[in-house]
Amino acid sequence: MAGSTLEIKDLHVEIEGLEILKGVNLTINGGEFHAVMGPNGTGKSTLASAVMGHPKYEVTQGEILLDGENVLEMEVDERAQAGLFLAMQYPSEISGVTNSDFLRSAINSRREEGDEISLMKFIKQMDAKMDTLDIDKNMAQRYLNEGFSGGEKKRNEILQLMNIEPSIAILDEIDSGLDIDALKVVAKGINEMRDDKFGCLIITHYQRLLNYITPDQVHVMMQGRIVKTGGPELAQRLEEEGYDWIKEELGIEDETIGAK
Amino acid sequence: MAVEVSLPYDKQYVTEYSNKHNEPAWMKELRLSALEKSESLPMPKPDKTNIEKWNFTEFSHDVEGSIIDSLDNLPPEIQDFLDQEKKPENLLIQHNHTAAYSALNKELEDKGVIFTDIHTALRDHADLVKEYYMTEAVAVDEHRLTALHAALMNSGVFLYVPKDVTIEQPLQSIFWQDDDRASLINHVLVVAEQNSSVTYVENYISHNTEAQTSANIVTEVIAKDNAKVSFGAVDNFAAGTTVYSNRRGMAGRDARIEWALGQMNEGNTAAENITHLVGDNSEGDAKMVVVGRGSQKQNFTTNIRHFGKESDGYILQHGVMKDKSSGIFNGIGKIDRGATKSNAEQESRVLMLSKDARGDANPILLIDEDDVTAGHAASVGRVDPVQLYYMMSRGIPKKEAERLIIHGFLAPVVNQLPVEAVKNQLRQVIERKVN
Repeated sequence: MAGSTLEIKDLHVEIEGLEILKGVNLTINGGEFHAVMGPNGTGKSTLASAVMGHPKYEVTQGEILLDGENVLEMEVDERAQAGLFLAMQYPSEISGVTNSDFLRSAINSRREEGDEISLMKFIKQMDAKMDTLDIDKNMAQRYLNEGFSGGEKKRNEILQLMNIEPSIAILDEIDSGLDIDALKVVAKGINEMRDDKFGCLIITHYQRLLNYITPDQVHVMMQGRIVKTGGPELAQRLEEEGYDWIKEELGIEDETIGAK
Repeated sequence: MAVEVSLPYDKQYVTEYSNKHNEPAWMKELRLSALEKSESLPMPKPDKTNIEKWNFTEFSHDVEGSIIDSLDNLPPEIQDFLDQEKKPENLLIQHNHTAAYSALNKELEDKGVIFTDIHTALRDHADLVKEYYMTEAVAVDEHRLTALHAALMNSGVFLYVPKDVTIEQPLQSIFWQDDDRASLINHVLVVAEQNSSVTYVENYISHNTEAQTSANIVTEVIAKDNAKVSFGAVDNFAAGTTVYSNRRGMAGRDARIEWALGQMNEGNTAAENITHLVGDNSEGDAKMVVVGRGSQKQNFTTNIRHFGKESDGYILQHGVMKDKSSGIFNGIGKIDRGATKSNAEQESRVLMLSKDARGDANPILLIDEDDVTAGHAASVGRVDPVQLYYMMSRGIPKKEAERLIIHGFLAPVVNQLPVEAVKNQLRQVIERKVN
């Protein structure tokens, strides 16, 4: 089998009683890169958070399956251990826990007791990935995301991605707040992950990240649904023409959640 | 031999106790006068905790321990406090009320450093002890417990660092109580002369989960001009011990006193840590972490008082409260008139792990001078569910994520403790208490 398959079927999600997602359907196979695009406030980040199991989001209808297993019955850590990963838009800051200790705990949580990664091997692996991402070595000993700049946090998310090696990763606006050099570095890290087993869902509202990471499929979200799917050329057209032509084509006046 | 004492204390007992230790006349007089005062002085009144009925009078006052010939003969739980790689060169172990083991590096001894138990110090260095013993930092008549302490002091340590002497390796004391009823009325006196520097760390340990006794501890740190004292401690009295602990520092001009206190007692505890920044440009850094569990009640007051100009005070108190425990955290930064350009900062944070636990963080700034800076931060809350989500999203199970967050929360003090073994010991105690 070439990697894992994540199936999202008719997904409805509420936050504090307000329905945000209104029937999302999406399948990601190992080896595939998908992009979900769309203006602000159309439910893109909600999709990412709901798949990972953020405590504030409630799934009211639909299914999420990973290789046929019901993800919605899993705790957040079980989802991660099953192979899911979410690079977050706003990673938490955890005081007193070093980046390196955190990452090692994450890696070991996937391994049997007694089979923990050796410290030497871990350091070697982490150092190599830090080099790829152009990250200062002392970041390993800094507290997790504490006092990190926006760019450092994003790089750190990708550093975790590269060390944890999930089967399916969702990247939630990993490009926001990055200058062009940082964007290239982050893209380089993500592209290094690309093989016939790794599946990836890239959430963004700018096309520019997709200049460096070519998606196999591009989906457009509006009003809490995927309203259009196409190849990389769709992203290109969105870059040139914006979203208005899609709205016109579909008869949508206001693309945000709650609009009729 | 165990002697039961209860109020009113017996003059004869105190006289005999002083004679038994061949104490100088002034010490005997100090004890007797304190005993008299203890009868009329009021109990201390820590803010928001009533300790009137706590046990500070029922205990065995004089319990002999055994001499430790070799560190190898120590039980494993005490061995854990010692660095195993290299033999500790500067170490005092007190077993119940007996000075059981004592070592001081020869080079330090030659330089005039004194590091010995309080009874020996009272005999061999009486004049030095007399100059500082409850004269500058803590007064005998502050309240009943300080008077009681002075009257019945039954153990302790004297550390003296002469002028211009810098001590690199940390000095360590272990106060080990394995008699269930033995009280610890312990006096730690640290005097750092001008331009000296020293790091000291101490451990209190007892095992009396059921039997009731008490500890009444007074610690005085005198840092003369441009001296630096770094003071670390892990207090780990068992549930049966009611604790009063008073740690006080006096910082001279350009002096610096650092505290890193791990308050891991299992019983009721009233602890104060007060630093007087007397000299200009002096600095006080008071860090403390607490884990409360069971139904214990604890009250902590950390106070830095600024008298000197351009003095700098920083208070950090982090507490974790679980079960039905309650913890009051008072942080006080006081800047007196004349202490211009001083800075008083404080941070008190309490993490609650159960709905029945109680935590209270009270930041207090008392400022009598205009040209100063001050700041405070205080919070009482639970483990942040979004932080947990973030960590779990990397595959870390909830319990492990909570454990990491709690250890991280307590890290500011753990990381500052000077002896690696003590650091690890504190981590283990925290581990045991939070799980």
